Amino acid sequence: MIHVGLTHFLVISIVLFALGLYAVITRKNAVMVLMGIELILNSANINFIAFSKFGNFGLQGQLIALFVIILAAAEAAVALAIVLNIYKTVANINVDEIDSLKD
Amino acid sequence: MTTYDIIFYLFAAVTLVSAFLVVTNRNIVHAAFYLLFTFFGVAGIYVMLGADFIAIVQLIVYVGGILILLLFGVMLTNKITSVDIKTGTIHLLPASIVLGLFSGALAAIILNTNWTQVETKTAEGTTAALGNLLINEYALIFELLGILLLIAMVGAASLARR
Repeated sequence: MIHVGLTHFLVISIVLFALGLYAVITRKNAVMVLMGIELILNSANINFIAFSKFGNFGLQGQLIALFVIILAAAEAAVALAIVLNIYKTVANINVDEIDSLKD
Repeated sequence: MTTYDIIFYLFAAVTLVSAFLVVTNRNIVHAAFYLLFTFFGVAGIYVMLGADFIAIVQLIVYVGGILILLLFGVMLTNKITSVDIKTGTIHLLPASIVLGLFSGALAAIILNTNWTQVETKTAEGTTAALGNLLINEYALIFELLGILLLIAMVGAASLARR
């Protein structure tokens, strides 16, 4: 049994990223797409913090992860406001049916 | 197999299983609750990496903020009476194939790379050091993020009230 190291954390981050992208691609509901984006941001954060621990970078990786969390909060607030507006306008938030800007 | 390894595999299993349930569950409210466990698992992984402050921030901001916001989004955009909180799916097969290949390629790259690793010291508290960095070297970014959060809050409020 090998000791837990950098690669273990990177593999977890890959799987989380793939699952998040899967949610973004396959779900119709806009809120589910947002959940997928949160998963992707979390996987990026795991990468930053893993390299901050196992590389020789001090605390800068953790600081960037903190900034990512802040940006994720701002993004979620604005995105949900947009989703609510879309719901008020067309009474549905399925991303494949909101195509009134097409032609 | 040390205790560290066992706890790591525990948190990894919690994270990945609940993330899988998030992306495969058709009920959005259930998916949001599984997302709670994913965020808890990721916070545990941060602790395993010696990032105690980030783990607490993850719990406060993600579990206490973003998840509640997502649940509000679910509740406000569904006719609760007609119980229509299912989500449809599209492109299931192409997405599975492409993402399987993509993550396989990434995993192969990571496993075949000879990473140089420094010897890790025992974990210490990071809060004081992070605070020092935030108000010294990263003061500008810190202030800009404050302004960004203010703009995002005002923008979200004005968008949602329209």
